[in-house]
Amino acid sequence: MQLIYEQSTPGRRGVKLPASDVPTASALPGTLLRAEKAGLAEVSELDLVRHFTNLSRRNFSVDTNFYPLGSCTMKYNAKVLENSAALFAPFHPMTALLPGGVEFCQGTLGMLYDLGQLLADITGMDEVTTQPLAGAHGEMTGIMLIAAYHAAKGNKAKKKYVVVPDSSHGTNPASAAIAGYEIITVPTAPYGDMDLDLFKKAMSDEVAAVMMTCPNTLGLFNPHIKEISDIAHRFDALMYYDGANLNAIMGKVKPGDVGFDVIHVNLHKTFGTPHGGGGPGSGPVGVKKALIPFLPQPRIVMDGGGKLLLETANPGTIGRTANFFGNFGVMAKAYAYIIMLGREGLIEVSEQAVLNANYIKEKLKGYYDLPYDMTCMHEVVFSASKQLEHGVHAIDIAKFLIDRGYHPPTVYFPMIVKEAIMIEPTETESKATMDAFIEVMIEAARTAESNPQALHDAPLTMPISRLDETKAAREQNVCCAW
Amino acid sequence: MNDSHYCPHTPEEIAEMLSVIGVASVEELFAPIPAALRAKTFNIPPGMSEFETFSRMQEIAGENSQGMTHFIGGGFYDHIIPSVVDHLANRSEFYTAYTPYQPECSQGTLQALFEYQTAICRLTGLDVSNASLYDGGTACAEAAMMALRVTGRNKIILDGCVSPFSREVLKTYLFNLDVDIVEIAPLDGLLNRSALAAVLDDSVAAVLVQNPNFFGSIEDFSALSEQVHGVGALLIGSVYPISLGILKSPGEIGIDIAVGDGQSLGNPLSFGGPSFGFIAATKKYIRNMPGRIVGETVDRNGKRGFVLTLQAREQHIKRHKATSNICSNQGLCALRGLIFLSSIGKEGLTDLARLNRDKAEYAKSLCVGIPGVSLLQSSVTFNEFTLVLPKHAADVVAGQLEKGIAAGVPLGQYYDGLENCLVVTVTEKRTKKEIELFVKELEVALCN
Repeated sequence: MQLIYEQSTPGRRGVKLPASDVPTASALPGTLLRAEKAGLAEVSELDLVRHFTNLSRRNFSVDTNFYPLGSCTMKYNAKVLENSAALFAPFHPMTALLPGGVEFCQGTLGMLYDLGQLLADITGMDEVTTQPLAGAHGEMTGIMLIAAYHAAKGNKAKKKYVVVPDSSHGTNPASAAIAGYEIITVPTAPYGDMDLDLFKKAMSDEVAAVMMTCPNTLGLFNPHIKEISDIAHRFDALMYYDGANLNAIMGKVKPGDVGFDVIHVNLHKTFGTPHGGGGPGSGPVGVKKALIPFLPQPRIVMDGGGKLLLETANPGTIGRTANFFGNFGVMAKAYAYIIMLGREGLIEVSEQAVLNANYIKEKLKGYYDLPYDMTCMHEVVFSASKQLEHGVHAIDIAKFLIDRGYHPPTVYFPMIVKEAIMIEPTETESKATMDAFIEVMIEAARTAESNPQALHDAPLTMPISRLDETKAAREQNVCCAW
Repeated sequence: MNDSHYCPHTPEEIAEMLSVIGVASVEELFAPIPAALRAKTFNIPPGMSEFETFSRMQEIAGENSQGMTHFIGGGFYDHIIPSVVDHLANRSEFYTAYTPYQPECSQGTLQALFEYQTAICRLTGLDVSNASLYDGGTACAEAAMMALRVTGRNKIILDGCVSPFSREVLKTYLFNLDVDIVEIAPLDGLLNRSALAAVLDDSVAAVLVQNPNFFGSIEDFSALSEQVHGVGALLIGSVYPISLGILKSPGEIGIDIAVGDGQSLGNPLSFGGPSFGFIAATKKYIRNMPGRIVGETVDRNGKRGFVLTLQAREQHIKRHKATSNICSNQGLCALRGLIFLSSIGKEGLTDLARLNRDKAEYAKSLCVGIPGVSLLQSSVTFNEFTLVLPKHAADVVAGQLEKGIAAGVPLGQYYDGLENCLVVTVTEKRTKKEIELFVKELEVALCN
């Protein structure tokens, strides 16, 4: 397909601007002006509409294809959430920051406050900040809160390390590094979680925090989690919960109850807001009482009369992590999702997410190696090691699935599983959809034995075949040439 | 069952699935969670229908005051959004997809992001752009961290005329990294150049400026870029994309890393988000860029296609050694930015920028006609300017809110000694009538 710039005709316009009703200002000095106009597209409205409509058709999406992308919780995004968020489009965030401005923003501030309360209950925390803009941003905020906690106790110099399991998301160590910590990585034991003995050896007074995902990226709930948090607390290390996998446990177990001190929640995973082709997400952070003094500013608080106020002058705060109040539009969708589903609905979400993952696990374990064969939570991780004997890799199976109309599962993550295939069906998929997917996965396994070349050749039905990634990295053409 | 109608199974299907798994109930699947750890309470209210949910959301939106006329900016601006932006970005093939890790079935998102990167490069006059960051503030922080990596130095100089929010975000990001941050207090709404010159030496990694700055002043940073490069430091410029319809581009100024907030490009105010941050740089710094980057390549048949590239910079590969911790970005908002820019077009962006300045200059000329009111800055301005009022600006603004006018951002809460200063923003959406009413109300408030 042509680029939009390749369809440009000089002088063509896509939209008419309002005519000016004021005098023309005197010209700016030439030294301040750009020499040439920016080379933006020049297309008609219809050409623009066709271009982006046709581009959209070159995507797999939840609305068009089953999308069992492990770790990403690609559930259906209810349309009422989109309508709900649109209601808030006209509200300027600066209004709330003007003198007396909170009076005029009680609806939006109140919704953020209520969302914080709901998330605090779901996660077992005492207070939630809605400022972080994505999961990784929440992780960074959370670890900074932990750093501020240690610094306030005079332990800034002493606390040097953050402990993570080797199955953790890459964002965990990357976020801890921004907060100034070095990383200690603990290997996974044969039972599918951080090795308890090695963890004990890694712990010392110098550890600031332990970052865990529970259930972890293998989809397994760590039975030792309470023991791990008790050990961490003995060294005054705080427990950080990566909420990426919260979809498995709502109403079943609260991270705050099992010893976690800080949690981020990915609203775009668990709470049904769309992933937007890579974002925007939203990563509210919940904390236990001891960390409240360090929360980002402005902090939304409620006075005795139920009025929402902004706290902006707390000396202990880590500061501001984003320009305003977070990704409000995303939070409006998540709030609508929670109040619509309600208590029983959220419990059902977790139950059926877990049911669906276990169903796929049972149906496919005869065809794919299952390195950790036990009851899983919301996702299951297979390995293509059997298929590798025929020269077929996880990526080949992924490309075969594309030809059959399925977005592939996450492959090659977690890194601790060779040729990993991580499947997360989510609760919104029907049995019929999963059965059809299972059949295609079985067909892929059989084809790996009978005709591996067919898998190497896939996909054949897409607008393009496999791409030369090395060429892209070498040539670094990241912008259309003039 | 079926409390959530988004969970589609019938009881019969559930029974069948349980028998395949070999358990008697769904509850058995939660056996790995020790009984002692199970949730004792779950105090979420009962659910409701879609209709009731939407009604509740309407009520909440109704609790904010409606129809406010905005003369405020501060990083978020009330601009027109062509209808095509909503219609195209709301194609669910775009918004219900995720990160395009599987390029063959994600060419829509990938090509759009490549076109977005191109738009940002052309707007900023720089060589390379990533596929978006979170917002303008975090983009400033990411640019500073990038400069620290590039130079191996440890000091950042911040122009106090940069948005106080962006400066705060930057300081939060860098707090634990033992970076020396030197802030230059503004001089009448402009960069204090002699104060900067006094601290600029070869220990500095980067200088961060903003154009137009928080006061609305337009400055010529061309000479500054030479000074900064002279000590081997980088110049980071935070820019307002609409102004680039007329103003000298960062590339022409000699800025090494340009950042900014993309809200003004087709994203609604939405109480502060989501918008997107953009970042562009000269090509030699591409391996130090944060976040996802889309690159052009070919498929097995030589056909052009697009992929995520240089992923070895990113957290999912490099973990704690990554150039940034960012994973999810603001892709859909960046797509809105691309559609906006492609709709407005090359000529339109220039016209839009001029229209903004014309409206603001008209408002400015009326404001300075009010007895006792003057301008803070001696420089030219774009669509924002700073008035010096004869009384505390905070008191004036609070009174105007009651009349449905957000009359500007009082500077007292951000700058000591500027309690009487008010930053007024006038976008193309403000009509002559609204401007005249605003000025009349301001005059009334000041004369009382």
